[in-house]
Amino acid sequence: MALLEVKNLQARVEEKEILRGLTLSVNAGEVHAVMGPNGSGKSTLSYVLAGKSDYEVTGGTATLEGEDLLELEPDERAAKGLFLAFQYPIEIPGVASMTFLRTAVNAVRKKRGEEELSTPDFLRLVREKAKELNIHQDMLKRPVNVGFSGGEKKRNEILQMSLLEPKMCVLDETDSGLDIDALKIVADGVNRLRAKNRGFLVITHYQRLLDHIVPDVVHVMAKGKIVRTGGPELAHELEAKGYAAYETAA
Amino acid sequence: MNAEVKMMRTAAETQYADALGALPATGAIRGLRAKALSDFIEKGLPHRRVEEWKYTDLRVLMREMAPLAGKPDAGAIAEAKKNDVLANIGAREIVFVNGTFVAELSNLKGLEKGLSISTLSDALSNDAMLPQLLAALNPSKYDAVFALNTAALNEGVVIEVAAGAQITKPIHIRHIVTGTSPVSVFGRVFVKAGKKSQATVVQSHTGPDAVAYQTNTVLQLSVADDAELDIVRVQAEGDKAIHLSMTIGAAGAQSRFRSFTLTTGASVSRHTVPFAFAGRDMRALISGATLLRHKQHADMTLEVDHALPGGESRELFKTVLDDETRGVFQGLIIVRPDAQKTDGRMMSAALLLGEAAEMDNKPELEIFADDVQCAHGATTGALDDDLMFYLRARGIPKKEAESLLIQSFFGEAIEQIENEKIRDAVMTRAGKWLEERSVK
Ligand SMILES: Nc1ncnc2c1ncn2[C@@H]1O[C@H](COP(=O)(O)OP(=O)(O)OP(=O)(O)O)[C@@H](O)[C@H]1O
Ligand SMILES: [Mg+2]
Repeated sequence: MALLEVKNLQARVEEKEILRGLTLSVNAGEVHAVMGPNGSGKSTLSYVLAGKSDYEVTGGTATLEGEDLLELEPDERAAKGLFLAFQYPIEIPGVASMTFLRTAVNAVRKKRGEEELSTPDFLRLVREKAKELNIHQDMLKRPVNVGFSGGEKKRNEILQMSLLEPKMCVLDETDSGLDIDALKIVADGVNRLRAKNRGFLVITHYQRLLDHIVPDVVHVMAKGKIVRTGGPELAHELEAKGYAAYETAA
Repeated sequence: MNAEVKMMRTAAETQYADALGALPATGAIRGLRAKALSDFIEKGLPHRRVEEWKYTDLRVLMREMAPLAGKPDAGAIAEAKKNDVLANIGAREIVFVNGTFVAELSNLKGLEKGLSISTLSDALSNDAMLPQLLAALNPSKYDAVFALNTAALNEGVVIEVAAGAQITKPIHIRHIVTGTSPVSVFGRVFVKAGKKSQATVVQSHTGPDAVAYQTNTVLQLSVADDAELDIVRVQAEGDKAIHLSMTIGAAGAQSRFRSFTLTTGASVSRHTVPFAFAGRDMRALISGATLLRHKQHADMTLEVDHALPGGESRELFKTVLDDETRGVFQGLIIVRPDAQKTDGRMMSAALLLGEAAEMDNKPELEIFADDVQCAHGATTGALDDDLMFYLRARGIPKKEAESLLIQSFFGEAIEQIENEKIRDAVMTRAGKWLEERSVK
């Protein structure tokens, strides 16, 4: 059984069809890349998987370890092990970063039947993970993402991912807005999390991320569907030729 | 219209006239009370045709006057003793039970140098002090609630901070109502902050749930030049109570005034703040957080009056409305012709949680000077869906995610409290409100 199994998924927002029968499956231990032109529905796929209520699923299925994801509330999906690193992480004024992280970690642990972390254990864990991602403690004293630069926000997403220990990570353009050093830090962060029991769906426009996070499978998405699937070489081909062939084909 | 109002006097109005008219009094206080009572009888209870009371029609909301509270017995005092609102702020406490000063629960010993505290009843019988107090007691200047409070004037406290005195220990006045039957309770607190003095006064209002008691409390402040005064109020009355209160203040040149109110209690409450900038370059910060549930109605009405140049005023109010609650914010900044260079900013934000909740949010500016900087804003909205989704996508369940966002919303107002211990204690109380919400 695949870790993430998406079959013929159809979804719309405000009467507009965006996902039109999307099928893909990610096995535990694998990294899949999804590439595709702007507006093809990549973020929509990530939102639908994570359970954003603006999107109406009109057909198809999505399961995580065989369990129907679409039935679950967003927080239940997270507790089951789905993680979405947002393309545009938002600022939450007034909510302290540490409070947020701690609430999230303990909520997920509780749902998974694990004990909540004590304050010292939690602080130790955050300090360790933040250091790996070159995130300053000062940043964590601020409200969630408030005043963070674009790159800092993306690193903060990876920090959250490391803390929540998900099974299936969906990264929506985590590389956009990162300078070369930050890209390396983020990629290292992701690579550290690669494990036999964990899968990744990495949405990106650029080969350079995939130079660091080498995928097992590359999908091309156009007009709400996966239109081609191949190995890492497919990404190189796209980099050279662009999406023109798929825009008309789909 | 007056004639018509008089003819249709409500049960409550008649009961007030009778009960307060029968109070024993001697000396100058007697004349003052009588004048206030006739003033009240003329005005009647405020109703929706009185502009400032448009959203809080007391003739409708207060049908009957509860009987005047008697002196607290041993049982009432024992009950009051258990009151632990803001118990850990290291304050000197002054306790009123059912409107009566209770010496055994209060701590008036070892007053700091420059601090004097006397009960109002003592002050009223002190010929030297009386004229001073009465000067500030012109009933016709204010509304019917003030007139009632003056007509019942008897119990309260007079706090004086001498020029130059720095009183670091907060002074906490507890207004506690006890028992199981409805009573009417009145109280008056005077605070006189002398030149260059500094003090913090806390006022808490508590009482039993499920009892339709009524409180009417006026806090009267006079802040001298260069003084610094902090007021923190916690209105946590029982859930069937009617709470009417005022903070009336005037502050002198270069003084600094801060006031914060946490409102979580009462079925109907109204707090009115007429505050006068009576000296140059004074600065005021008036803020509050109001957390409402079930069918509570809470009205916060401010009138900030800049009469002299260089004043700076900041008003920040946050109202959280759950269920079928009704919130009212009326805030008026007046800038008189001489008040050039006034810098006034007023913001009232409301968070609607309940589908049947309603907020009347009315900030206003009346500006008669040309060189001023004034702004006001009002927002009313629900929790942000995108913020909720972000939190829930991290595994935080709905109620908890809501709590985080609600707390961040009202937290900004609570942050305005200067004293850290008090700020933490107020935050804890507000946090308790959230906990109760998330288990329901
Ligand atoms: N909430 C929404 N309301 C209306 N249209 C939407 C909404 N969300 C997405 N769309 C539309 O759906 C289409 C797919 O958007 P989506 O964000 O999924 O694309 P994408 O593949 O992630 O693009 P990009 O590469 O630019 O990030 C776009 O045409 C977009 O305008
Ligand atoms: Mg996108």
